[in-house]
Amino acid sequence: MASYIALNYWELAAASVFVFMNAGLSVIFSLRVHRSLLVAAIRMVVQLALVGLVLTTLFSVVSPVWTGLAALGMVLFAGREATQRQERRLSGWWSYGLGTGCMMMASVLVTVFALLTAVRPNPWYDPRYAIPLLGMILGNCMTGIALGLDTLTTSLVSRRASVEAQLMLGATRRDAAAPVMREALRSALMPTINSMAVTGVVSLPGMMTGQILGGVPPAEAVKYQILVMFLIAGGTGLGAVTAVLGGVYRLTDGRHRLRLDRLTAPKAS
Amino acid sequence: MLKPASLSLSAGECIADRGPSGAGKTLLLRAIADLDPNEGLVTLNGRDRSTIEGPEWRRLVGYLPAEPGWWANTVGEHFGEWTEALALVRHLGFPEETKAWPITRLSTGERLRLALIRALMVRPKVLLLDEPTAALDAASVAAVESLIATRIGAGLAVLWVTHDADQAKRVAHRLLMVEAGQVREEVSEWPAISP
Repeated sequence: MASYIALNYWELAAASVFVFMNAGLSVIFSLRVHRSLLVAAIRMVVQLALVGLVLTTLFSVVSPVWTGLAALGMVLFAGREATQRQERRLSGWWSYGLGTGCMMMASVLVTVFALLTAVRPNPWYDPRYAIPLLGMILGNCMTGIALGLDTLTTSLVSRRASVEAQLMLGATRRDAAAPVMREALRSALMPTINSMAVTGVVSLPGMMTGQILGGVPPAEAVKYQILVMFLIAGGTGLGAVTAVLGGVYRLTDGRHRLRLDRLTAPKAS
Repeated sequence: MLKPASLSLSAGECIADRGPSGAGKTLLLRAIADLDPNEGLVTLNGRDRSTIEGPEWRRLVGYLPAEPGWWANTVGEHFGEWTEALALVRHLGFPEETKAWPITRLSTGERLRLALIRALMVRPKVLLLDEPTAALDAASVAAVESLIATRIGAGLAVLWVTHDADQAKRVAHRLLMVEAGQVREEVSEWPAISP
């Protein structure tokens, strides 16, 4: 691998000037976001510093157990984030369980597939490859599932009359919920589709940019980026479809009734 | 919450369902149509509801809510075969071109009448009506009442929620009162009309 330009802490501190500049603008224009901006920036620095330490340790031990535990931790945290992004949640364990379960299934399946067929590190679970790949797939999968479930629940509530009108005429729950289900899946997949459409023209993805800055030839970095985009699209689609289908299953019952009583009250605005 | 209730409805019979707002009239209709979780024994021609799939049950026991829902853009898309609906469409005062009308331009009264036609097209054995004429002018009320009366004459059983005491006496053979979730049959001051 070609050499890369290492950054020192003073250079990072210099870049942080722009965050302070934004905080200053927030004060001048009374935007009241300066506090949350600074807290978010500090959180980001602490989280990345900790991740750096964890990854350094993980990469040095190359253990399937530790790699698996790190992956599990990432999935559980992503599940919590996906749950919190929903305006109306499924009640009980379904709220956390459905999104997290679908996310785990989709992202782990797609990551393992890529590790075994495309990247093929030795050993196959080498955390240097497994963890970054899972992280990128999981992040996008989380957004897709959160958007899909949020659209599903809010649309079923707002379009209750139209769904029940079809049920009253003898439609099955699957047929009656189909328009809402399609809308939820479109919402879930749209960010990935938009991202693929503009990648390389409007935006240079972070992973590819990182590799190029790290000294990898652009042609090689592009290959990795294409692989990652395919994996993200596959993982997001798989996760969103299973989560939305699971949501429809939970929000209807065996008598083909709409069960909005299985949703929590909307979040206070 | 609806309290335990027992009632029977014969073929060709209409029961009016009256009571104050929020008393549980709509809950009763939704429970019979099996749209909300409920407990108890409901039978149709001796068949236990639990032995009949939900979609099949709702084709046998139709329900027209006070604010019917629409899932497509135009009127025609809500009817399987428009030509089969034409006789009913004309009976309730709509032209043939109604098929292409956008749902968004329909008035509340037009929506109610078209939803009634939609419910009748399924040919249910029982029809549960939740204030189907609340937003209609006198001529439309008469047209709806005559249409339902014809169907009752042909054997349809109807449970009709109405706030209009005169309408209840015009259309129904019996009166059911719902108050604070309690369902009871009102027998006093009710003309004895045989179905």
